[in-house]
Amino acid sequence: MDQFFEQIITGLSIGSILLLVALGLSIIYGSMGIINLAHGEFVMLGAYTAWLLQSHFGLGLLASLIPIFVAVALIGWVIERFVLSLLNNRPLDTILATWGVGIVLQQGVRLTVGSELRYVQLPPSLSDSMVIVGLSVSSYRVFLFLVTIVLFAVTWLLMNRTTIGMKLRAIMQDRSVAASFGINAKRVYGLTFAYGAGLAGLAGALVSPLKSVSPDMGTGYVVDAFMVVVLGGVQSLAGTVASAFILGQLSGAIAFLQNDTVAKALVLLAIVVLIRFRPEGLFTTRVRA
Amino acid sequence: MGISRRTLIKNAAALGAFTGAGFPHIWIKNADLARAAGGEIKVGVLFSLTGTTAIIEESLNKATILAIEEINAAGGIKGSKIVPIVEDPASDPATFSEKARKLVVGDKCVSVFGSYTSASRKAVLPVFERQNNLYWYPTLYEGRECSKNVIYTGAVPNQQQDEFVPWLVKKFGKKFYLIGSNYIYPKEENNYCKKLLEKHGGEVVAEEYVPLGHSEFSSVINKIRSTQPNVIFSTVVGDSVVALHRQYRAAGLDPEKMPMASLTTSENEVAAMGGDAAAGHFTSAPYFQVHKSPENEKFVAAYQKRWGADKVTHFVSEACYFQTYLFKQAVEKLATSDITPPNIRDAVKGAETIAPQGKVRIESENLHTWLWPKIAQCKSNGQFEILVETKEWLKPVPYAAYPGQVCTEKGLAEKS
Repeated sequence: MDQFFEQIITGLSIGSILLLVALGLSIIYGSMGIINLAHGEFVMLGAYTAWLLQSHFGLGLLASLIPIFVAVALIGWVIERFVLSLLNNRPLDTILATWGVGIVLQQGVRLTVGSELRYVQLPPSLSDSMVIVGLSVSSYRVFLFLVTIVLFAVTWLLMNRTTIGMKLRAIMQDRSVAASFGINAKRVYGLTFAYGAGLAGLAGALVSPLKSVSPDMGTGYVVDAFMVVVLGGVQSLAGTVASAFILGQLSGAIAFLQNDTVAKALVLLAIVVLIRFRPEGLFTTRVRA
Repeated sequence: MGISRRTLIKNAAALGAFTGAGFPHIWIKNADLARAAGGEIKVGVLFSLTGTTAIIEESLNKATILAIEEINAAGGIKGSKIVPIVEDPASDPATFSEKARKLVVGDKCVSVFGSYTSASRKAVLPVFERQNNLYWYPTLYEGRECSKNVIYTGAVPNQQQDEFVPWLVKKFGKKFYLIGSNYIYPKEENNYCKKLLEKHGGEVVAEEYVPLGHSEFSSVINKIRSTQPNVIFSTVVGDSVVALHRQYRAAGLDPEKMPMASLTTSENEVAAMGGDAAAGHFTSAPYFQVHKSPENEKFVAAYQKRWGADKVTHFVSEACYFQTYLFKQAVEKLATSDITPPNIRDAVKGAETIAPQGKVRIESENLHTWLWPKIAQCKSNGQFEILVETKEWLKPVPYAAYPGQVCTEKGLAEKS
């Protein structure tokens, strides 16, 4: 029975990391319809910013979180403003452009910082394990879980309870009609993209103490993030949450019973089969076309 | 004979150049081996500078270049300079093969130093065998290969495990959890480990492989908790090593009770994960940066002077360094007109040099290397403390896990 709960907690932890990484993508993909292949590189930039602040400025991870969000959001805003906004309504070109941006970011980091693997220290206050329902759990993983919940709540409020969120939802439904009501779509898109990028950066910084930091670390995350968003249903934040935790529990459980190689294969297979029968994902919100 | 043949090649080349670009390959096919000429000895340096394994292969490139520069600064080889031709195979086996062909056929290098992964070595092997050229491979690997066109200067399983596994059983207990990345190297190492465990009364509680590049180890850690092994025997590679160590630590597991025993964690990986995550775990290898010997002090000082004081040396970069000196030694034995890959190979058989790790020798039977196995524990400053050093150097047995097979000068033979 202990093992069962241990595994549930593990699944929650894997799920929270997936959600953390997918949240930014979900916003950008879901609301702007941009398939952002540079998402993984935003995650990578966040991790590198964390490393930079820690190794060169002596700033701990927790204190760096806000600067990291701002820095990566700024980079995202610049990219939206000077690359993507020039490619409006050209989805295929956007895919190519974001892919290119991703490569540029990756190689840029490799050239300036070097290709060595880096690491970020765990915050000392969270480096131990704690006991939950009689099981020892890594404090940092609990912290990640809580942060993810908070970030999700903030994002949800931003989308549903603020003016800018309302404007964004209006643009999502019909850009030209929204524009004719005086909404500045360009500005809203810029801010949305920046927010999504900033979230990705935060995700990178937060997972960096558990994983390694390298210029090509983003590749794995972008695949995970797309899996979560596609399974959950584009344009559905709640769907993203549900699918992140479903995938987390599923891959955790299969990895425990079999191994991680099998888990990876089976989870991908399950998604492919599911998408075949429900192309719109598990949870969709009805949108007027 | 040599001269007339060279004239022939020259004529052939001239004719080829004369008759057009598509033509010369016919002459290359008939031409003799790559050969050093004109006071220059061309060698290829084939380590990835971009792509996933660039992280480690860059250091191999650096160690090789350092050795070449040192040799040239000291007057070269009998007056001839070594000219390194550096290619970047971009961590991709197909590119490895293409660049190897370029170095061997196009540039006529007399030897190529290269490869970190087994996949890339397997990819270039046909090129070297067909052209009868020579490849110098510095990495520890799974053994089970027998080619007269490769000089293997890294450890094979028996050289990393023969001391290590019995020592672990004695010190920590007999329950082993085998974990590796999912490809041939960890599987072969584990095959050999299981044989040793059987012999020394150990047992395997689990054997598990994670995908290459895997970075989520929480389920593995749960399994480790539930099986309670005495030793976690790890052949995980690349950035997964970092993730495994950092998550092991975050989960609050204790290296004193349940250490990881690794064949792949070198100073390089430790620098990537941080000393705090690596401290207390064990590695078996022929070389550690802290090894005390005049040759090693010289090597480490020269390396850090050339490439930066924060750089570390490790068991693969050390092999890169000494194999370049073995190359020099072999070429020195040859007349200037005889510098061809097969002659170099014959000259290097049985050759010895004082490497940073101690005196090493190329075994003439299988072209692998006699090495000095060591067991060390990682400290929180990122360096190791050597706990066990063998009194004798250890013969390479690339087919140690396969009792019926031996590698001989004529190739793989079945023992009767």
